Amino acid sequence: MLIQRLTDILSSEITAPEIYRGRREFMRAAGTLALAGGLGLQVADAAAGVKLAGTRPGPYGTSEELTPYKDVTTYNNFYEFGTDKADPAVNAGSLNPRPWTVRVDGLVNRPGQYDIDALLKLASLEDRIYRMRCVEGWSMVVPWVGYPLNELIRRVEPLGSAKYVEFTTLNDRARMPGLRSPVLDWPYTEGLRLDEARHPLTLLAVGLYGETLPNQNGAPVRIVVPWKYGFKSAKSIVRIRFVEHRPISSWERAAPREYGFYSNVNPEVDHPRWSQSRERRIGEFRKRKTLMFNGYGEQVARMYTNLDMRRYY
Amino acid sequence: MSPRQFTALKSGLFLLCLVPLANLVYGLIADTLGANPIEVLTRGLGDWTLRFLLITLAVTPLRRLSGLGWLLRLRRLLGLYTFFYALLHFASYVWLDQFFDWAEIGKDIVKRPFITVGFASLLLLLPLAATSTNAMMKRLGGRRWQVLHRAVYAIGIFAVLHFWWMVKKDITEPATYAVVLALLLGMRLYWALRSGPGRHGVGVS
Repeated sequence: MLIQRLTDILSSEITAPEIYRGRREFMRAAGTLALAGGLGLQVADAAAGVKLAGTRPGPYGTSEELTPYKDVTTYNNFYEFGTDKADPAVNAGSLNPRPWTVRVDGLVNRPGQYDIDALLKLASLEDRIYRMRCVEGWSMVVPWVGYPLNELIRRVEPLGSAKYVEFTTLNDRARMPGLRSPVLDWPYTEGLRLDEARHPLTLLAVGLYGETLPNQNGAPVRIVVPWKYGFKSAKSIVRIRFVEHRPISSWERAAPREYGFYSNVNPEVDHPRWSQSRERRIGEFRKRKTLMFNGYGEQVARMYTNLDMRRYY
Repeated sequence: MSPRQFTALKSGLFLLCLVPLANLVYGLIADTLGANPIEVLTRGLGDWTLRFLLITLAVTPLRRLSGLGWLLRLRRLLGLYTFFYALLHFASYVWLDQFFDWAEIGKDIVKRPFITVGFASLLLLLPLAATSTNAMMKRLGGRRWQVLHRAVYAIGIFAVLHFWWMVKKDITEPATYAVVLALLLGMRLYWALRSGPGRHGVGVS
Protein backbone atom coordinates (compact mmCIF):
# COMPACT_ATOMS: atom_id res chain seq x y z
CA MET A 1 0.00 0.00 0.00
CA LEU A 2 1.09 3.51 -0.66
CA ILE A 3 2.86 5.59 1.91
CA GLN A 4 2.16 9.25 1.57
CA ARG A 5 2.54 12.41 3.57
CA LEU A 6 -0.36 14.19 5.16
CA THR A 7 -1.17 17.19 2.95
CA ASP A 8 -4.91 17.63 3.03
CA ILE A 9 -5.44 19.15 6.45
CA LEU A 10 -5.17 22.89 6.53
CA SER A 11 -4.33 24.78 9.66
CA SER A 12 -7.56 26.74 9.11
CA GLU A 13 -9.44 23.51 9.71
CA ILE A 14 -8.11 23.08 13.23
CA THR A 15 -11.13 23.15 15.47
CA ALA A 16 -11.41 25.87 18.02
CA PRO A 17 -10.82 24.04 21.27
CA GLU A 18 -13.46 25.90 23.24
CA ILE A 19 -16.10 23.77 21.58
CA TYR A 20 -14.96 20.75 23.54
CA ARG A 21 -13.08 22.07 26.47
CA GLY A 22 -14.02 24.27 29.35
CA ARG A 23 -14.20 27.96 28.66
CA ARG A 24 -11.79 28.71 31.48
CA GLU A 25 -9.15 26.33 30.18
CA PHE A 26 -9.56 27.82 26.77
CA MET A 27 -8.97 31.32 28.08
CA ARG A 28 -5.79 30.16 29.78
CA ALA A 29 -4.53 28.48 26.64
CA ALA A 30 -5.59 31.34 24.40
CA GLY A 31 -2.69 33.56 25.41
CA THR A 32 -0.14 30.90 24.57
CA LEU A 33 -1.80 30.10 21.26
CA ALA A 34 -1.98 33.75 20.26
CA LEU A 35 1.71 34.18 20.98
CA ALA A 36 2.70 31.01 19.16
CA GLY A 37 0.44 31.86 16.23
CA GLY A 38 1.97 35.30 15.95
CA LEU A 39 5.41 33.75 15.76
CA GLY A 40 4.23 31.28 13.17
CA LEU A 41 4.87 28.30 15.39
CA GLN A 42 2.88 25.14 15.54
CA VAL A 43 1.51 24.21 18.90
CA ALA A 44 1.82 20.56 19.76
CA ASP A 45 -0.40 19.12 22.46
CA ALA A 46 -0.93 15.46 23.21
CA ALA A 47 -4.59 16.06 23.88
CA ALA A 48 -5.35 18.22 20.86
CA GLY A 49 -6.32 16.60 17.62
CA VAL A 50 -6.75 17.82 14.08
CA LYS A 51 -10.29 18.18 12.86
CA LEU A 52 -11.48 15.32 10.68
CA ALA A 53 -13.46 16.87 7.84
CA GLY A 54 -16.42 15.36 6.02
CA THR A 55 -17.64 12.89 8.63
CA ARG A 56 -21.25 11.77 8.50
CA PRO A 57 -23.53 10.56 11.29
CA GLY A 58 -23.36 6.82 11.70
CA PRO A 59 -25.91 4.30 13.00
CA TYR A 60 -26.37 2.88 16.54
CA GLY A 61 -26.16 6.31 18.16
CA THR A 62 -27.37 7.09 21.65
CA SER A 63 -29.00 10.20 22.99
CA GLU A 64 -27.18 9.78 26.31
CA GLU A 65 -25.10 12.67 27.49
CA LEU A 66 -21.55 12.63 26.13
CA THR A 67 -18.73 12.24 28.62
CA PRO A 68 -16.82 15.54 28.58
CA TYR A 69 -13.76 15.67 26.31
CA LYS A 70 -11.57 16.39 29.29
CA ASP A 71 -12.63 13.20 31.10
CA VAL A 72 -12.38 11.06 27.95
CA THR A 73 -8.81 12.26 27.45
CA THR A 74 -7.49 12.27 31.03
CA TYR A 75 -8.93 9.05 32.48
CA ASN A 76 -7.40 6.26 30.44
CA ASN A 77 -6.18 2.72 30.86
CA PHE A 78 -3.22 2.54 28.49
CA TYR A 79 -0.49 0.68 30.38
CA GLU A 80 2.10 1.44 27.70
CA PHE A 81 2.14 4.91 29.25
CA GLY A 82 1.79 3.94 32.93
CA THR A 83 -0.68 2.08 35.09
CA ASP A 84 -2.38 5.07 36.69
CA LYS A 85 -5.35 6.34 34.74
CA ALA A 86 -3.91 9.85 34.76
CA ASP A 87 -0.56 8.63 33.35
CA PRO A 88 -1.40 8.29 29.65
CA ALA A 89 -2.48 11.93 29.28
CA VAL A 90 0.82 12.98 30.88
CA ASN A 91 3.17 10.51 29.16
CA ALA A 92 1.68 9.87 25.72
CA GLY A 93 3.24 12.96 24.16
CA SER A 94 6.15 10.80 23.02
CA LEU A 95 3.97 8.42 20.98
CA ASN A 96 4.39 10.35 17.71
CA PRO A 97 1.55 8.83 15.69
CA ARG A 98 2.86 9.93 12.28
CA PRO A 99 4.17 8.42 10.12
CA TRP A 100 2.38 5.18 10.97
CA THR A 101 1.70 2.00 9.11
CA VAL A 102 -0.56 -0.92 9.92
CA ARG A 103 0.40 -4.34 8.64
CA VAL A 104 -2.52 -6.54 7.65
CA ASP A 105 -1.53 -10.15 7.13
CA GLY A 106 -2.12 -13.78 7.97
CA LEU A 107 -4.83 -15.79 6.28
CA VAL A 108 -5.89 -13.24 3.66
CA ASN A 109 -5.69 -13.02 -0.12
CA ARG A 110 -4.43 -9.46 -0.16
CA PRO A 111 -2.06 -8.76 2.72
CA GLY A 112 -0.50 -5.30 2.85
CA GLN A 113 0.96 -2.35 4.69
CA TYR A 114 -1.46 0.49 5.14
CA ASP A 115 -0.24 3.99 5.74
CA ILE A 116 -2.41 5.84 8.23
CA ASP A 117 -3.42 8.43 5.63
CA ALA A 118 -4.46 5.68 3.24
CA LEU A 119 -6.47 4.10 6.06
CA LEU A 120 -8.18 7.40 6.74
CA LYS A 121 -9.39 7.48 3.12
CA LEU A 122 -10.27 3.82 2.80
CA ALA A 123 -13.93 4.39 3.64
CA SER A 124 -16.06 7.37 4.56
CA LEU A 125 -15.70 8.45 8.16
CA GLU A 126 -18.69 8.21 10.46
CA ASP A 127 -19.49 9.75 13.82
CA ARG A 128 -20.41 6.91 16.15
CA ILE A 129 -21.56 7.65 19.66
CA TYR A 130 -20.93 4.54 21.74
CA ARG A 131 -21.14 3.59 25.37
CA MET A 132 -17.80 2.36 26.73
CA ARG A 133 -17.83 0.05 29.75
CA CYS A 134 -14.56 -0.68 31.51
CA VAL A 135 -14.09 -4.03 33.26
CA GLU A 136 -13.25 -1.99 36.39
CA GLY A 137 -16.84 -0.83 36.77
CA TRP A 138 -16.96 2.62 35.18
CA SER A 139 -18.33 3.80 31.87
CA MET A 140 -18.35 6.69 29.43
CA VAL A 141 -20.20 7.82 26.32
CA VAL A 142 -17.70 8.61 23.58
CA PRO A 143 -18.30 10.16 20.16
CA TRP A 144 -15.85 8.20 18.03
CA VAL A 145 -14.92 8.84 14.42
CA GLY A 146 -14.17 5.88 12.20
CA TYR A 147 -15.70 3.28 9.96
CA PRO A 148 -16.65 -0.37 10.37
CA LEU A 149 -13.57 -2.57 10.59
CA ASN A 150 -15.27 -4.77 8.02
CA GLU A 151 -14.56 -2.11 5.37
CA LEU A 152 -10.91 -3.05 5.72
CA ILE A 153 -11.55 -6.76 6.23
CA ARG A 154 -13.51 -7.21 3.02
CA ARG A 155 -10.78 -5.48 1.03
CA VAL A 156 -8.11 -7.90 2.21
CA GLU A 157 -10.31 -10.95 1.48
CA PRO A 158 -9.90 -13.36 4.40
CA LEU A 159 -9.42 -17.01 3.47
CA GLY A 160 -11.97 -19.59 4.51
CA SER A 161 -9.55 -20.85 7.14
CA ALA A 162 -9.42 -17.44 8.91
CA LYS A 163 -11.51 -17.76 12.06
CA TYR A 164 -10.05 -15.11 14.34
CA VAL A 165 -8.43 -11.69 14.09
CA GLU A 166 -5.55 -10.58 16.30
CA PHE A 167 -4.66 -6.93 16.91
CA THR A 168 -1.21 -5.84 18.04
CA THR A 169 -0.40 -2.53 19.68
CA LEU A 170 2.84 -0.66 19.00
CA ASN A 171 5.74 -2.01 21.08
CA ASP A 172 8.35 0.75 21.07
CA ARG A 173 10.11 1.56 24.33
CA ALA A 174 11.43 4.84 23.00
CA ARG A 175 7.90 6.11 22.50
CA MET A 176 6.04 4.23 25.24
CA PRO A 177 7.73 4.61 28.64
CA GLY A 178 5.35 2.16 30.34
CA LEU A 179 6.80 -0.73 28.33
CA ARG A 180 9.85 -0.72 30.59
CA SER A 181 7.66 -2.20 33.31
CA PRO A 182 6.87 -5.90 32.80
CA VAL A 183 3.35 -5.41 34.10
CA LEU A 184 1.93 -7.13 30.99
CA ASP A 185 3.52 -9.42 28.43
CA TRP A 186 4.31 -6.90 25.66
CA PRO A 187 3.31 -6.21 22.99
CA TYR A 188 -0.33 -5.75 23.91
CA THR A 189 -2.44 -8.04 21.81
CA GLU A 190 -6.16 -8.51 21.61
CA GLY A 191 -8.40 -10.67 19.49
CA LEU A 192 -11.91 -11.17 18.16
CA ARG A 193 -13.74 -13.94 16.44
CA LEU A 194 -13.97 -13.13 12.72
CA ASP A 195 -17.74 -12.65 12.89
CA GLU A 196 -17.29 -10.24 15.80
CA ALA A 197 -14.63 -8.33 13.90
CA ARG A 198 -16.93 -8.09 10.87
CA HIS A 199 -19.92 -6.97 12.90
CA PRO A 200 -21.13 -3.53 11.78
CA LEU A 201 -20.73 -2.20 15.34
CA THR A 202 -17.01 -2.97 15.41
CA LEU A 203 -15.21 0.19 14.54
CA LEU A 204 -11.80 1.06 13.19
CA ALA A 205 -11.59 4.37 15.02
CA VAL A 206 -9.33 7.22 13.98
CA GLY A 207 -10.83 10.03 16.00
CA LEU A 208 -13.07 11.26 18.77
CA TYR A 209 -15.05 14.44 19.22
CA GLY A 210 -14.56 15.15 15.51
CA GLU A 211 -10.77 15.27 15.75
CA THR A 212 -7.95 12.80 15.23
CA LEU A 213 -7.41 10.53 18.24
CA PRO A 214 -5.40 12.02 21.09
CA ASN A 215 -2.32 9.85 21.75
CA GLN A 216 -3.64 8.68 25.12
CA ASN A 217 -6.81 7.37 23.46
CA GLY A 218 -4.93 5.14 21.02
CA ALA A 219 -3.69 7.38 18.21
CA PRO A 220 -3.61 7.15 15.31
CA VAL A 221 -5.87 4.14 14.88
CA ARG A 222 -7.60 1.73 17.26
CA ILE A 223 -10.40 -0.77 17.52
CA VAL A 224 -13.69 -0.05 19.31
CA VAL A 225 -15.93 -2.98 20.26
CA PRO A 226 -18.70 -1.37 22.31
CA TRP A 227 -20.41 -4.51 23.64
CA LYS A 228 -17.21 -5.82 25.23
CA TYR A 229 -15.19 -4.52 28.16
CA GLY A 230 -12.88 -1.69 27.17
CA PHE A 231 -9.63 -3.64 27.21
CA LYS A 232 -10.83 -5.65 24.20
CA SER A 233 -10.56 -2.47 22.10
CA ALA A 234 -6.85 -2.42 21.26
CA LYS A 235 -5.22 1.00 20.90
CA SER A 236 -2.47 2.35 18.62
CA ILE A 237 -2.48 -0.78 16.50
CA VAL A 238 0.33 -1.69 14.11
CA ARG A 239 -0.83 -5.11 13.01
CA ILE A 240 -4.05 -6.93 12.16
CA ARG A 241 -3.51 -10.63 11.66
CA PHE A 242 -6.02 -13.23 10.48
CA VAL A 243 -5.55 -16.62 12.09
CA GLU A 244 -7.18 -20.01 12.32
CA HIS A 245 -6.84 -20.60 16.06
CA ARG A 246 -8.08 -18.45 18.86
CA PRO A 247 -5.34 -16.05 19.92
CA ILE A 248 -4.58 -15.46 23.60
CA SER A 249 -4.84 -11.79 24.44
CA SER A 250 -2.61 -9.92 26.89
CA TRP A 251 -5.03 -9.64 29.79
CA GLU A 252 -6.14 -13.23 29.35
CA ARG A 253 -2.53 -14.35 29.56
CA ALA A 254 -1.98 -12.20 32.66
CA ALA A 255 -5.04 -13.43 34.58
CA PRO A 256 -7.12 -16.03 32.71
CA ARG A 257 -9.65 -16.36 35.54
CA GLU A 258 -10.39 -12.66 35.46
CA TYR A 259 -10.25 -11.66 31.80
CA GLY A 260 -11.67 -14.11 29.32
CA PHE A 261 -11.32 -14.05 25.55
CA TYR A 262 -14.93 -12.98 25.02
CA SER A 263 -15.28 -10.42 27.80
CA ASN A 264 -18.73 -9.43 26.67
CA VAL A 265 -20.25 -6.89 29.04
CA ASN A 266 -22.42 -9.05 31.26
CA PRO A 267 -24.02 -7.91 34.53
CA GLU A 268 -24.75 -11.54 35.44
CA VAL A 269 -21.16 -12.75 35.43
CA ASP A 270 -19.04 -11.09 38.09
CA HIS A 271 -15.37 -10.43 37.86
CA PRO A 272 -13.92 -12.75 40.53
CA ARG A 273 -12.98 -9.74 42.63
CA TRP A 274 -15.90 -7.38 42.05
CA SER A 275 -19.48 -7.29 40.90
CA GLN A 276 -20.28 -6.31 37.31
CA SER A 277 -23.95 -5.64 37.97
CA ARG A 278 -23.55 -1.88 38.18
CA GLU A 279 -21.23 0.79 36.90
CA ARG A 280 -20.34 4.38 37.58
CA ARG A 281 -20.88 6.56 34.54
CA ILE A 282 -18.09 9.11 34.70
CA GLY A 283 -19.60 12.40 35.85
CA GLU A 284 -22.53 10.78 37.66
CA PHE A 285 -22.87 10.29 41.40
CA ARG A 286 -25.07 7.21 41.74
CA LYS A 287 -24.13 3.99 40.04
CA ARG A 288 -26.36 2.74 37.25
CA LYS A 289 -27.29 -0.79 36.26
CA THR A 290 -25.01 -2.40 33.72
CA LEU A 291 -26.84 -3.57 30.61
CA MET A 292 -26.32 -6.95 28.96
CA PHE A 293 -23.86 -6.52 26.08
CA ASN A 294 -23.58 -2.91 27.25
CA GLY A 295 -27.02 -2.26 25.76
CA TYR A 296 -26.13 -3.65 22.31
CA GLY A 297 -27.90 -7.00 22.78
CA GLU A 298 -30.31 -6.32 19.94
CA GLN A 299 -27.37 -6.09 17.55
CA VAL A 300 -25.02 -8.75 18.91
CA ALA A 301 -26.88 -11.31 21.07
CA ARG A 302 -27.54 -13.62 18.13
CA MET A 303 -23.79 -14.21 17.74
CA TYR A 304 -23.75 -15.90 21.13
CA THR A 305 -26.93 -17.98 21.20
CA ASN A 306 -24.93 -21.20 21.38
CA LEU A 307 -22.31 -19.94 23.77
CA ASP A 308 -22.32 -20.64 27.50
CA MET A 309 -21.59 -17.13 28.69
CA ARG A 310 -20.67 -18.25 32.19
CA ARG A 311 -18.01 -20.56 30.90
CA TYR A 312 -16.86 -18.33 28.07
CA TYR A 313 -16.80 -15.05 29.97
CA MET B 1 11.93 17.55 76.23
CA SER B 2 9.95 19.87 78.47
CA PRO B 3 6.20 19.28 78.97
CA ARG B 4 5.50 22.50 77.07
CA GLN B 5 7.60 21.45 74.15
CA PHE B 6 5.89 18.06 74.09
CA THR B 7 2.42 19.62 74.14
CA ALA B 8 3.41 21.85 71.23
CA LEU B 9 4.80 18.85 69.35
CA LYS B 10 1.71 16.79 69.97
CA SER B 11 -0.63 19.61 68.93
CA GLY B 12 1.41 20.12 65.78
CA LEU B 13 1.20 16.42 65.00
CA PHE B 14 -2.55 16.46 65.62
CA LEU B 15 -2.99 19.16 62.99
CA LEU B 16 -0.51 17.59 60.59
CA CYS B 17 -2.53 14.37 60.61
CA LEU B 18 -5.53 16.30 59.30
CA VAL B 19 -3.65 17.59 56.25
CA PRO B 20 -4.29 14.53 54.00
CA LEU B 21 -8.01 14.75 54.74
CA ALA B 22 -8.07 18.50 54.12
CA ASN B 23 -6.24 17.92 50.87
CA LEU B 24 -8.81 15.39 49.65
CA VAL B 25 -11.76 17.52 50.70
CA TYR B 26 -10.24 20.53 48.98
CA GLY B 27 -9.74 18.42 45.85
CA LEU B 28 -13.41 17.40 45.92
CA ILE B 29 -14.60 20.97 46.26
CA ALA B 30 -12.16 22.46 43.76
CA ASP B 31 -12.83 19.57 41.37
CA THR B 32 -9.17 18.66 40.95
CA LEU B 33 -9.52 14.93 41.63
CA GLY B 34 -9.99 14.04 37.97
CA ALA B 35 -12.71 12.21 36.10
CA ASN B 36 -13.60 9.81 38.91
CA PRO B 37 -13.36 11.81 42.15
CA ILE B 38 -15.21 9.21 44.24
CA GLU B 39 -12.61 6.59 43.38
CA VAL B 40 -9.76 9.00 44.16
CA LEU B 41 -11.34 9.92 47.50
CA THR B 42 -12.07 6.34 48.57
CA ARG B 43 -8.62 5.12 47.56
CA GLY B 44 -6.90 8.18 49.02
CA LEU B 45 -8.56 7.56 52.38
CA GLY B 46 -7.53 3.90 52.16
CA ASP B 47 -3.94 4.85 51.33
CA TRP B 48 -3.79 7.13 54.34
CA THR B 49 -5.28 4.53 56.65
CA LEU B 50 -2.50 2.18 55.68
CA ARG B 51 0.15 4.88 56.01
CA PHE B 52 -1.05 5.88 59.49
CA LEU B 53 -1.13 2.24 60.49
CA LEU B 54 2.49 1.77 59.43
CA ILE B 55 3.54 5.03 61.08
CA THR B 56 1.89 3.85 64.30
CA LEU B 57 3.67 0.52 64.03
CA ALA B 58 6.96 2.36 63.51
CA VAL B 59 6.77 4.14 66.88
CA THR B 60 7.98 1.25 69.04
CA PRO B 61 10.97 0.30 66.86
CA LEU B 62 11.90 3.96 66.44
CA ARG B 63 11.82 4.52 70.16
CA ARG B 64 13.93 1.46 70.72
CA LEU B 65 16.48 2.42 68.10
CA SER B 66 16.64 6.12 69.03
CA GLY B 67 16.10 5.86 72.77
CA LEU B 68 13.62 8.75 72.61
CA GLY B 69 11.07 7.78 75.23
CA TRP B 70 8.55 10.51 74.42
CA LEU B 71 7.89 8.93 71.02
CA LEU B 72 5.73 6.37 72.78
CA ARG B 73 3.45 9.11 74.04
CA LEU B 74 2.50 9.96 70.42
CA ARG B 75 1.47 6.41 69.59
CA ARG B 76 -2.14 6.63 70.78
CA LEU B 77 -2.74 9.76 68.72
CA LEU B 78 -1.39 8.03 65.61
CA GLY B 79 -3.35 4.86 66.31
CA LEU B 80 -6.58 6.78 66.70
CA TYR B 81 -5.91 8.63 63.46
CA THR B 82 -5.50 5.24 61.78
CA PHE B 83 -8.96 4.34 63.06
CA PHE B 84 -10.32 7.74 62.01
CA TYR B 85 -9.09 7.34 58.42
CA ALA B 86 -10.29 3.72 58.35
CA LEU B 87 -13.79 4.86 59.32
CA LEU B 88 -13.76 7.58 56.65
CA HIS B 89 -12.51 5.07 54.07
CA PHE B 90 -15.36 2.71 54.99
CA ALA B 91 -17.91 5.54 55.03
CA SER B 92 -16.79 6.63 51.59
CA TYR B 93 -17.29 3.07 50.32
CA VAL B 94 -20.69 2.68 51.98
CA TRP B 95 -22.02 6.09 51.03
CA LEU B 96 -20.34 7.33 47.86
CA ASP B 97 -19.43 4.04 46.24
CA GLN B 98 -22.37 1.77 47.17
CA PHE B 99 -24.91 4.38 48.25
CA PHE B 100 -26.10 2.37 51.27
CA ASP B 101 -26.99 -0.67 49.19
CA TRP B 102 -26.61 -3.00 52.18
CA ALA B 103 -27.41 -6.14 50.18
CA GLU B 104 -24.63 -5.33 47.74
CA ILE B 105 -22.26 -4.42 50.58
CA GLY B 106 -23.02 -7.71 52.35
CA LYS B 107 -22.34 -9.62 49.14
CA ASP B 108 -19.07 -7.76 48.69
CA ILE B 109 -17.92 -8.62 52.21
CA VAL B 110 -18.74 -12.30 51.82
CA LYS B 111 -17.75 -12.85 48.18
CA ARG B 112 -14.79 -10.56 47.54
CA PRO B 113 -11.72 -11.62 49.48
CA PHE B 114 -10.14 -8.16 49.33
CA ILE B 115 -13.23 -6.64 50.91
CA THR B 116 -13.50 -9.47 53.44
CA VAL B 117 -10.01 -8.78 54.80
CA GLY B 118 -10.53 -5.02 54.64
CA PHE B 119 -13.71 -5.32 56.66
CA ALA B 120 -12.02 -7.71 59.10
CA SER B 121 -9.26 -5.19 59.78
CA LEU B 122 -11.84 -2.48 60.42
CA LEU B 123 -13.68 -4.74 62.89
CA LEU B 124 -10.42 -5.54 64.64
CA LEU B 125 -9.66 -1.85 64.97
CA LEU B 126 -12.89 -1.27 66.92
CA PRO B 127 -11.86 -2.86 70.24
CA LEU B 128 -8.44 -1.22 70.02
CA ALA B 129 -9.98 2.22 69.60
CA ALA B 130 -12.50 1.49 72.36
CA THR B 131 -9.77 0.51 74.83
CA SER B 132 -7.45 3.37 73.99
CA THR B 133 -8.35 5.52 77.00
CA ASN B 134 -6.32 5.57 80.22
CA ALA B 135 -9.38 4.34 82.15
CA MET B 136 -9.81 1.32 79.89
CA MET B 137 -6.11 0.57 80.06
CA LYS B 138 -6.35 0.52 83.85
CA ARG B 139 -9.51 -1.59 83.85
CA LEU B 140 -8.00 -4.21 81.58
CA GLY B 141 -4.63 -4.21 83.24
CA GLY B 142 -1.42 -3.56 81.33
CA ARG B 143 -0.76 -7.17 80.52
CA ARG B 144 -4.20 -7.97 79.05
CA TRP B 145 -4.33 -4.61 77.30
CA GLN B 146 -1.04 -5.39 75.63
CA VAL B 147 -2.20 -8.82 74.48
CA LEU B 148 -5.38 -7.30 73.04
CA HIS B 149 -3.48 -4.61 71.24
CA ARG B 150 -1.26 -7.14 69.51
CA ALA B 151 -4.26 -7.50 67.19
CA VAL B 152 -2.66 -4.58 65.37
CA TYR B 153 -0.21 -7.03 63.75
CA ALA B 154 -3.10 -8.95 62.20
CA ILE B 155 -4.71 -5.67 61.20
CA GLY B 156 -1.52 -4.67 59.41
CA ILE B 157 -1.37 -7.94 57.49
CA PHE B 158 -5.07 -7.78 56.56
CA ALA B 159 -4.76 -4.18 55.48
CA VAL B 160 -1.87 -4.89 53.13
CA LEU B 161 -3.72 -7.94 51.73
CA HIS B 162 -6.77 -5.73 51.26
CA PHE B 163 -4.73 -3.46 48.98
CA TRP B 164 -2.77 -6.25 47.28
CA TRP B 165 -5.87 -8.25 46.31
CA MET B 166 -7.66 -5.17 45.04
CA VAL B 167 -4.97 -4.20 42.54
CA LYS B 168 -5.48 -5.36 38.98
CA LYS B 169 -1.93 -6.04 37.92
CA ASP B 170 0.61 -3.42 39.00
CA ILE B 171 1.50 -4.52 42.54
CA THR B 172 4.31 -1.98 43.04
CA GLU B 173 2.42 0.03 45.66
CA PRO B 174 0.99 -2.79 47.81
CA ALA B 175 4.36 -4.56 47.62
CA THR B 176 6.05 -1.43 48.96
CA TYR B 177 3.69 -1.35 51.93
CA ALA B 178 4.21 -5.09 52.43
CA VAL B 179 7.99 -4.59 52.65
CA VAL B 180 7.63 -1.81 55.22
CA LEU B 181 5.20 -3.90 57.26
CA ALA B 182 7.47 -6.95 57.09
CA LEU B 183 10.36 -4.82 58.31
CA LEU B 184 8.36 -3.40 61.22
CA LEU B 185 7.02 -6.79 62.28
CA GLY B 186 10.34 -8.52 61.61
CA MET B 187 12.18 -6.22 64.01
CA ARG B 188 9.71 -7.08 66.75
CA LEU B 189 10.04 -10.77 66.08
CA TYR B 190 13.83 -10.49 66.16
CA TRP B 191 13.80 -8.63 69.44
CA ALA B 192 11.25 -11.01 70.97
CA LEU B 193 13.31 -14.07 70.02
CA ARG B 194 16.52 -12.52 71.25
CA SER B 195 15.10 -11.56 74.60
CA GLY B 196 14.11 -15.19 75.13
CA PRO B 197 10.85 -16.91 76.04
CA GLY B 198 11.05 -15.86 79.68
CA ARG B 199 10.80 -12.18 78.87
CA HIS B 200 8.31 -12.68 76.08
CA GLY B 201 6.31 -9.62 75.32
CA VAL B 202 8.34 -7.07 77.19
CA GLY B 203 8.86 -4.05 75.04
CA VAL B 204 7.04 -5.68 72.19
CA SER B 205 3.80 -4.00 71.31
